[in-house]
Amino acid sequence: MLQIDNLHATVADKPILKGLSLSINAGEIHAIMGPNGAGKSTLSYVLGGRPGYEVTEGSVDFDGQDLLDMEPHERAAAGLFLGFQYPVEIPGVSNVQFLRESLNAQRKARGLEPLSGGDFLKLAREKAGLLKMDMDMLKRPVNVGFSGGEKKRNEMVQMGIIDPKLAILDETDSGLDIDALRTVGDGINAIMRRPDKAVLLITHYQRLLDYVQPDFVHVLAAGRIVKSGGPELARELEAHGYAEIAA
Amino acid sequence: MTSATLPSRRDEAWRYSDIDAVAAAWPLPAPESIIVPAGGDFKRAIVQDKGAIRQIELVLGKAAVASLHILNTGGAYGRIELNVILHEGADFHLGAAQIGGGEQNLEIVTTVTHAEPGATSRQVVRSVLGGTATGTYLGKVAVARDAQQTDSEQDVKAMLLDRSATANAKPELEIFADDVKCAHGCAIGELDPMGLYYLQSRGLPPGEAKKLMLQAFVAGVFDGAEDEVQLQELALAKLGELV
Repeated sequence: MLQIDNLHATVADKPILKGLSLSINAGEIHAIMGPNGAGKSTLSYVLGGRPGYEVTEGSVDFDGQDLLDMEPHERAAAGLFLGFQYPVEIPGVSNVQFLRESLNAQRKARGLEPLSGGDFLKLAREKAGLLKMDMDMLKRPVNVGFSGGEKKRNEMVQMGIIDPKLAILDETDSGLDIDALRTVGDGINAIMRRPDKAVLLITHYQRLLDYVQPDFVHVLAAGRIVKSGGPELARELEAHGYAEIAA
Repeated sequence: MTSATLPSRRDEAWRYSDIDAVAAAWPLPAPESIIVPAGGDFKRAIVQDKGAIRQIELVLGKAAVASLHILNTGGAYGRIELNVILHEGADFHLGAAQIGGGEQNLEIVTTVTHAEPGATSRQVVRSVLGGTATGTYLGKVAVARDAQQTDSEQDVKAMLLDRSATANAKPELEIFADDVKCAHGCAIGELDPMGLYYLQSRGLPPGEAKKLMLQAFVAGVFDGAEDEVQLQELALAKLGELV
């Protein structure tokens, strides 16, 4: 589904990713772990097409399409979802309006009819329920006044509504208390653990992986994947630290 | 406020005006005069979409209430000038949006005089400007010597869609009383690029993402207006042309 080959990327002319390769198939959940500054968030933004993240070498193929050649909204329409580490507050724009317009823009790009207001609200209510989020919060402006945990929950509700093929979740576990972590983990499983979908989890900690069992764990250090393994690698990292494993 | 001779850019109230357009329209007709009697209630929505110089004199009697909503979008030069006089305990509200692109020059120029004690005025103005358009708000609040307990507010924001667009904003206070509250705030900015990226990452094409953020930027000014829905729709249509 996603084929990253020898990816090099710079931010403000500073090289961050230095030859990263990774292959993700449908039905798989991958976790990327790594120390601060390794390039984890840069990887997620490069895949999401954030302006200012310059690819200097390498390629990314997403379901047969050149991902790097697509605009952010085209990537979304192609089925890619980026869960933000720091979801953005947008004053004055209601969550419901934003999500309905986004979903319908994606449906239009795929040649589907727009969802009616009623059908959309039904869908939104179902996904909010899954993430134990109050429907009233969905009517409020996007992320404004939300706590850190509520913002992350809102990301997952958005993911549920948009129903992507591939989710890249950048530190979705940070800022969550223990109960919220379980809810979010259950949400990811319910929405994304399907044979036709895949997930790339970016995290510092083992704890989210207790709820969302990865099939593969990779260690990212200094802009490259330096080690890959099964779920046991995450426990090893937790026990011994990155310094020893990445060395 | 109507000058006998053609104004020039040396006149403060015409400093950013399209003087050629003013000359072409000169002499201006007498300002429209609106008098709201004591205790009266007045509401008006003005859509300026063809290009015009419009002058309105509004006098609010004791404890009268007036609320004016303006959408200034059209023509090469669109100027709306308000001269408001508030008597004791009167309440004046202005909610205005000016939205322009190309080479448009749009301006809202207000003088609100608190002539007697206890009157309130609140002005909320939002401008969205693209291309090489110019949007100006000049707002003077004058508080007479005896007009204690005056409560006035000017809340002015402009959003520039291109670096070549210009926003002028000048709140001006002239206060001769000593027990008054006169707040004014002004901000000129650009759309938050991270917010735009966030919206696009969920599937909104760039134009739609901008439109959604701009719609939110101007939305509040028409709250409580007569024809609120129509004003919002007209504003949205004009925003759609700009992005």
